Amino acid sequence: MTTTHKDPVLVVLQMTGANDYLNSVIPYTDPLYYDNRPKVGVPEDQMLPIDKEMAFNPVLAPIKKLYDEGKVALIHGIGYENSPRSHFRSMDIWHTCEPDKIGTEGWAAKVVRDLDPTGENVLKGVNVGQGLPRALALKGVPVTSVSNLESYGILSGVPGVEQEREMLLERFARMYSPAIGTGPTMDYLGQTGRDALKGADVIRAAPAQYQSTIEYADTPISKNLRDVASVYLADLGTQVFYTAYGSFDSHFNQTPMHNQLCTDMSRAITDFFDDLKEHDAGDNLIMMLFTEFGRRVMDNGTGTDHGAGGGAIVIGNNVKGGMYGVYPSLKPEHLTEGDLEPNYDFRGLYSTIIDKWLSLDPVPIVGGKYEQLDLF
Amino acid sequence: MASRDEMALMAHLMRRAGFGATREELEARVAVGYEATVEELINPHDHPPIDEDIMSRFMPGFEGSALVVNNGAAWMYRMVNSPRPLEEKMALFLHQLFATGFAKVDNAPELAVQFEMFRRHGFGKFRDLLVELAKNPAMIFWLDNHGNHKGAINENWGRELLELFSMGVGNYSEDDIKEASRAFTGWTIPVKIPQQPLGRFFWSFEFQPEDHDYGEKTFLGHTGAFNGDDIIDIIVKQPATARFLARHLYNFFVADEVQVPAWNITPPNDPDAIDALVEEYNRTDGDIRCILRALFNSDFFKNARFAKVKSPAELVAGTVRMAGNYNGPGPGYTELAMECNYQGQELLNPPSVESWHTGAEWIDGGALVRRVNFSAKLLGDTSLPGVQAMVQHIKAQGSLSPEQLVDQCLAVIGPLEVNDATRGELLEQARQSGDLCWDTEDDSKTSEARIGVLLALVAASRDYQFA
Repeated sequence: MTTTHKDPVLVVLQMTGANDYLNSVIPYTDPLYYDNRPKVGVPEDQMLPIDKEMAFNPVLAPIKKLYDEGKVALIHGIGYENSPRSHFRSMDIWHTCEPDKIGTEGWAAKVVRDLDPTGENVLKGVNVGQGLPRALALKGVPVTSVSNLESYGILSGVPGVEQEREMLLERFARMYSPAIGTGPTMDYLGQTGRDALKGADVIRAAPAQYQSTIEYADTPISKNLRDVASVYLADLGTQVFYTAYGSFDSHFNQTPMHNQLCTDMSRAITDFFDDLKEHDAGDNLIMMLFTEFGRRVMDNGTGTDHGAGGGAIVIGNNVKGGMYGVYPSLKPEHLTEGDLEPNYDFRGLYSTIIDKWLSLDPVPIVGGKYEQLDLF
Repeated sequence: MASRDEMALMAHLMRRAGFGATREELEARVAVGYEATVEELINPHDHPPIDEDIMSRFMPGFEGSALVVNNGAAWMYRMVNSPRPLEEKMALFLHQLFATGFAKVDNAPELAVQFEMFRRHGFGKFRDLLVELAKNPAMIFWLDNHGNHKGAINENWGRELLELFSMGVGNYSEDDIKEASRAFTGWTIPVKIPQQPLGRFFWSFEFQPEDHDYGEKTFLGHTGAFNGDDIIDIIVKQPATARFLARHLYNFFVADEVQVPAWNITPPNDPDAIDALVEEYNRTDGDIRCILRALFNSDFFKNARFAKVKSPAELVAGTVRMAGNYNGPGPGYTELAMECNYQGQELLNPPSVESWHTGAEWIDGGALVRRVNFSAKLLGDTSLPGVQAMVQHIKAQGSLSPEQLVDQCLAVIGPLEVNDATRGELLEQARQSGDLCWDTEDDSKTSEARIGVLLALVAASRDYQFA
């Protein structure tokens, strides 16, 4: 099957809570790493070396395998200036591309808007998870948010109405039909309700059509990526998927917690890409993993505190695998308040994907011109 | 027995001045009378507070916990169960007006302290409230007044005090901001004590005379060696302040206005209503209790039924109050707080100092599906005590035609006014099975199920989104 004229698709995987990039992709030959991580460090003999300087944490072995196949780009030192070390604020900045003022318009929603300016396909952007992330929020841009694909829908939880559901949904549609003279808010509610219903109607077909021999694990991230796969494989025109996983906020007892998160996430990602391979549908999709910031270089005895510079990962058959950028120095004189200094603006990564993968103009979406990477 | 009009008016009052009420409560309040109910609501401190012993036994440490969601859960508990509903509603109003966010404060216990201050001072003079706000540690940190020093001012607090908390843009100059900021130098919190090894210490307000600029300032045409209190004294005498507070109260309690940043270029929905509130402000020297009394007893309030889109907190607390499945302590309040998050209002964490955008902007596709499913699931479940009480009330009317049945269903949820599209569908649904009857056990079962489906549809309607 040729995939050349299929629309490009982006899956955003948000590692909520600040993943410890220093313990994910590790400068394993730098003695400063071992000095700073006496308690939550990965022992040297367990490292999965990439080259003479960098290694994967062994819990990311499945990602290492994809890396060795040339499908994984590691973007070192990503972040932005004056990192606030607050989860919420930092996540807002990644979501809105507004580090200096409070933004409310999501970058991914702007991507959806520019992919489908008339808002014709309410499934152009799909969030898999609870609540809509700010990255996907923008007034007038319909986005579908699905917490559980199997049970997704309007009026899904009402007890005892299974028989009548179809009819009740028709009633819902008519209740939300244009009502003359009731005012703009009523009209807006009507439009939003009808869009949501349309999205729910179409998306419900996805799990019914979906078949795969891949047995995903019974973990939240596997479940979410399986839902992404089943919507993606149903060819509903979705080009932006969003899902979040975590929390990676490992202040305390980090090693078992981070190991479990990474193990589950790596398994889910490899199952996901195997699934696409089985359906010969992997060529026009990439996955971007990001987190709001990296963690403090020196561990705190059992975990790590909030840091600044972190890392992002892009995975896909058509991604030029390898390492991008410069890993920030661990030398004390190069740290800012004990944290790695970010050296690559995250808006450059967004711009790269928006421009070179999705073929849109990144400037209005990220709010300026930023250095792009040679990712594809 | 209370007439439908009296019930509708009381339900309106309780949705706005509280988080809604069950039919039984409405009937009891109608018996007491409208104005007497307003008096009760605006004098919360005459009534016993929520039983904090019970609350802390079942939700130990939730209020003041380091976790945002625990505080949100405790607040949901108060919204649903407080015998002083307007006290909680005012706290929510002030949380939206003086939006202070965990995102930066990073200290949920200090936000709990701020909310307690709102409960204590929410019914007094606006002047005193602003002074308390200026001394509130979470606010000082949120707007950087601890970085506002003699000879090196930080304008953040001074600016927002004027722009967002009292007068609104266009009513002062940049110089006024600088002069106000000078007056608040030295209003600070002492250096924080590290959490390790003894745990978290509360922050506290401290006036540091050595860091205070005692020089002469000129602020809004007045000149003197002003301190922060003096600045607030001047602010509260400005006509713009009375007008700004009046518009905020109107926007929160009466009817949705355009978003706050547009207020200086868009006239109010109802200028006469704003004038009436301003007059009461002037007459009483900015006494919030008196302004609320004037507001709730006014015709413009009584006529503004369903003129506001419910905020997520209002929708969630109001729906569970009707469904009756959260009476008193128990598990599940965390889920209610999370439900508010998913619907777009994370308590303790407004998106910015400009707070949440309200009205129609509460709604997007994801939020609407959550709102509809949350409400329909609860109000369609006839096994829940509040819904069962609705069923029993309808049952007591005996056999009903489809039209009567729809009327009754709308009466028990609200009473709710609906548009023609909604009513038409409800009628179609009711007509499907003819008259409602309760003659046999099978009839009763079917009738109860039919009522459940109708109530779910009502809860799923556009009309239900309005308070």
